[in-house]
Amino acid sequence: MSTLDPAGPAAGNIATLWWVMFFGAVVLFALVLGLLALSFLRPAAIASIKPMHWIIGGGLIMPVPILLGLLIAALLLGEQLLPKPGGVAPMRIEAHASQWQWRFAYPDAPGSAETDVLHLPAGEPVDILVTAEDVIHSFWIPRLGGKIDAIPGHENTIRLEADEPGVYRGICAEYCGEGHETMGFVVEAHAPADFPAAVGAAP
Amino acid sequence: MSPKPTSPIALHKALEKIWGTPSGWGRLSAVNHNILGKRFMVLALVFFAIGGILAMLIRAQLATPNSAFVGPELYNQIFTMHGTVMMFLFAIPMFEGLAMYMLPKLLGARDLAFPRIAAYGFWCYLFGGTILIVAMLAGYAPNAGWFMYTPLSSGTYTPGINADVWLLGITFVEISAVTAAIELIVTILKMRAPGMSLTRMPIFGWYMLVTAGMMLIGFPPLILGSMLLEMERAFDLPFFDPTRGGDPLLWQHLFWLFGHPEVYIIFLPAAGVLSTMIPTFARRPLVGYNAIIVAIVAMAFLSFGLWVHHMFTVGIPHLALAFFSAASALVAIPTAVQIFAWIGTLASGRPKFDIPMLYVVGFFIVFVCGGLTGVMLAMVPFNSQAHDTYFVVAHLHYVLVGGFVFPMLAALYYWLPHVTGRRSVYSLSVPAFWLILVGFNLTFFLMHLTGLMGMPRRISTYPSNWGWDWLNLLSSVGGFLMTMGFALVLIDIIMQFRFGRRTSRNPWKARTLEWAMPTPAPSYNFAAIPEIAGRADDLDVNVLGRDLAGGKGYLGFTRADRQETLGVDMMSGEPDQVIILPQPTYLPLWTALATGAFFLGLLFKLYWLPPIAAVVVIVLFFLWTRPLGARRNMGPIDIGMGKAVPVDGEVRDNVTWWATLCGITADTTLYGSLLFGALYLALIAPGWTDPAPPLDWLPAIGLVTALAAMALLRRAEVLNAGNRSPLPLLLAALGLGAITALALLAGMLRIPDPTSHANLSLRFVLLTYCAVHAGVAALLALHAALRYRAGFVSAVRATDIRITRAWTDYAALAQLPAWAILLLLAGGAR
Ligand code: HEM
Ligand SMILES: [Cu+2]
Ligand SMILES: [Cu+2]
Repeated sequence: MSTLDPAGPAAGNIATLWWVMFFGAVVLFALVLGLLALSFLRPAAIASIKPMHWIIGGGLIMPVPILLGLLIAALLLGEQLLPKPGGVAPMRIEAHASQWQWRFAYPDAPGSAETDVLHLPAGEPVDILVTAEDVIHSFWIPRLGGKIDAIPGHENTIRLEADEPGVYRGICAEYCGEGHETMGFVVEAHAPADFPAAVGAAP
Repeated sequence: MSPKPTSPIALHKALEKIWGTPSGWGRLSAVNHNILGKRFMVLALVFFAIGGILAMLIRAQLATPNSAFVGPELYNQIFTMHGTVMMFLFAIPMFEGLAMYMLPKLLGARDLAFPRIAAYGFWCYLFGGTILIVAMLAGYAPNAGWFMYTPLSSGTYTPGINADVWLLGITFVEISAVTAAIELIVTILKMRAPGMSLTRMPIFGWYMLVTAGMMLIGFPPLILGSMLLEMERAFDLPFFDPTRGGDPLLWQHLFWLFGHPEVYIIFLPAAGVLSTMIPTFARRPLVGYNAIIVAIVAMAFLSFGLWVHHMFTVGIPHLALAFFSAASALVAIPTAVQIFAWIGTLASGRPKFDIPMLYVVGFFIVFVCGGLTGVMLAMVPFNSQAHDTYFVVAHLHYVLVGGFVFPMLAALYYWLPHVTGRRSVYSLSVPAFWLILVGFNLTFFLMHLTGLMGMPRRISTYPSNWGWDWLNLLSSVGGFLMTMGFALVLIDIIMQFRFGRRTSRNPWKARTLEWAMPTPAPSYNFAAIPEIAGRADDLDVNVLGRDLAGGKGYLGFTRADRQETLGVDMMSGEPDQVIILPQPTYLPLWTALATGAFFLGLLFKLYWLPPIAAVVVIVLFFLWTRPLGARRNMGPIDIGMGKAVPVDGEVRDNVTWWATLCGITADTTLYGSLLFGALYLALIAPGWTDPAPPLDWLPAIGLVTALAAMALLRRAEVLNAGNRSPLPLLLAALGLGAITALALLAGMLRIPDPTSHANLSLRFVLLTYCAVHAGVAALLALHAALRYRAGFVSAVRATDIRITRAWTDYAALAQLPAWAILLLLAGGAR
């Protein structure tokens, strides 16, 4: 279930981003509170800093480069996760949410049936087309990547990939009424050769 | 005729007789800011306790996996009410109360600009909050989450009364937020002590000015959204229903257009408290006064451009994501400016420690952490993982508890001696602090991890095999520790009232004006109003307090049993008028009761009641103005210190005028949100098929008559200024206003089946909006005519006519964008 135990490239990148931000945050936190502690415990050590320098140093010089770097990194990462035009179009899978269940369909696998379990080919990206019938839900497989909302009247796409065949868990992340916590689903990633059989498609 | 000097005691008695509030049942007629500010705060603390009990229920349920303590049905009500109570019934009213109590004292005024409106706001808050709590006890609490996403909150999926309770109850409470915003803005701009130019104002005044300005334009989108959703639920007019041209995302935009600024609206007053307190304990003036003002103004602007960061996962174009992500990260800068201004103040001062400082340190620890996770959440890829999980629950409590509850606790310990005149009992204060700090971090720090391990928010239970068990158990233990801490604080407060040592006047050796008065504060605050010659956060208040009590200063006397205070020029702080404030009255209570009847009628679908209640409210408001104003011109009157200024009714730049402009500003944002919604649905939302019936031109009569009324009122103003009777023109404007309203009403009724598609329901509300405004313009013309007849209006006492003119202008001009959109809708939009 954990986003810190990634099983796909999207989740992996985000976990890396998290660890970078986490250690950065620890340093900044220690810095700010260290200065605060000094002002009480060892005022002499920092008394020479001019009042305005606190604001310019702490309010501008320190945060601006950090924020800029972080934004650029996150932006590049976001680009990578994006369904890109051109290249081979990945397989499409439809995820349809309703209170309180998920149904999955495989338009690119002729002859396949609708399933309750989400079947994926492992080792290749898939585009999940997410829709909802009644209220807003949210499609989320923590170990594979971020979430995308299922909104009635809208169709959203998220690109995910499972590195290895295996069983993962999906969950509805947006509060959708009384059955919200029951709206989980099982994700089975298959070796590409086994995938058509799993969804009952002609091989 | 300058009155002769009196002894401090005699002066106190004379002022208290005029400004005091009757006892017993007469307390219900209170309009004094001392009483109302305290009432707001006490009631807010009651709601905090209720919200806290709900939080304990949540933690009890989640302490163990597969818990059967409360089922999902109840759990959903509990977490919705917890969020709603904490945000709308605790946080906002809490700082409103603090500002109402403190601002006049910090600024050197004897009361707020509109004491009766403050009382009306309080009753609206009490009654609206009561509706929510009673509904909860009866088992009909809202259950769609505190942000009430449609379609879950729409009639189809929440058929019962639960969502209506939220929409109507909260809108009722929001009346008090909008009135408080207007009240605070006008008080800050116009009622400072003479000599206190804007650049000398204590920093808390700046914080509250910015906050109140944000409230003025932040709340209307929510009020509009609530009205639209209630119309969809009650009358089936589609706005959010995707099957009839609506879009659920419109609700999210309207909600977060309010909801994001809301978070800063809650934080800024708390930051203002810190900026006031820290210099006292650092024993030096605040570092970077100007930089902080720039920072908070920047924060206010930025906060209105960030709302989409609550919607990163709804499927927004990538470029927009990048923009909102950058804007969200940018707010870290003005925040950092303030944090370092505070550290700089401490570092370059000679800091001393006391109970309030404990909570200030607690604030630093908790809030800095919340700010850092905020920057993380602003990064879109990370957000897509953490959104809607316990990571967000942790983040939001770190900023709300760190950025609001800790500063408020500091404020409590700092200013309670002002209210009680006693010192705190230390033996309990310190352990209470540690319980709260440790309990808080135990509860919420772990939630970051729970969230990263995949636990979504708002689930009533979870299976035991996902590694969340021990985290949740520890969170629950922490929650109960924290509750014990809060209970100790409560006992501590009671102890202080009962056993605290009587304190000297200024126990912290602060240098701001609120300490230049006896404690507990007298009803009139200052026996005389000081002249301020430097920065108002660096005054020798002990000397000043003695002088003022002796009547040395402005208005250090009583006159004709009137409640007099001073109004000043907005920028320079030169005194320019004597403001005469109203006496205690039951009118606010009656008006709020009638307003309550209006909302209850809507809630229980007794649709005969709201129109009656509305008429009663209007009649009552007509009665409000009767004690105001004068029938003759008085000219400049003595204010002491060798100066004389006119009374407020005889100057143009008076508080009523500014309140009118503020009101129109709030109304414009409400309307702007409606226009935004119409454009959004017509141009951006998916699934817009075009039935597009042609435009009905009949209501255009209303545009012509409204423009004519506008011209008439301009002429009426000129006639009045030339000492000629504007009465016929006012009556003609009244007639035109009525025709306008009727023409627009006819237009509404002629729309074929407005429930069939958003294209038509939008036309319906646009016409409704214009019709209501035309109706109000007509009523104001009537009011001005009555005031003229009764002799309250003259060439110099022209406020009644001027505000009628301003409103009529607005009502007429508001029709123009409505017609533009009507044309667009009839043209088929796409
Ligand atoms: C007294 C200690 C508090 C505890 C133990 C606590 C606990 C919680 C928990 C566990 C949740 C998550 C519920 C869920 O997602 O199922 C929650 C939600 C929330 N809390 Fe608190 N809370 C506390 C104080 C506060 C305060 C002081 C505020 C605001 C000023 C606040 C505002 C909120 C909001 C807005 C939500 C979101 C509600 C929703 O999802 O609709 N809480 N709280
Ligand atoms: Cu769902
Ligand atoms: Cu759900």
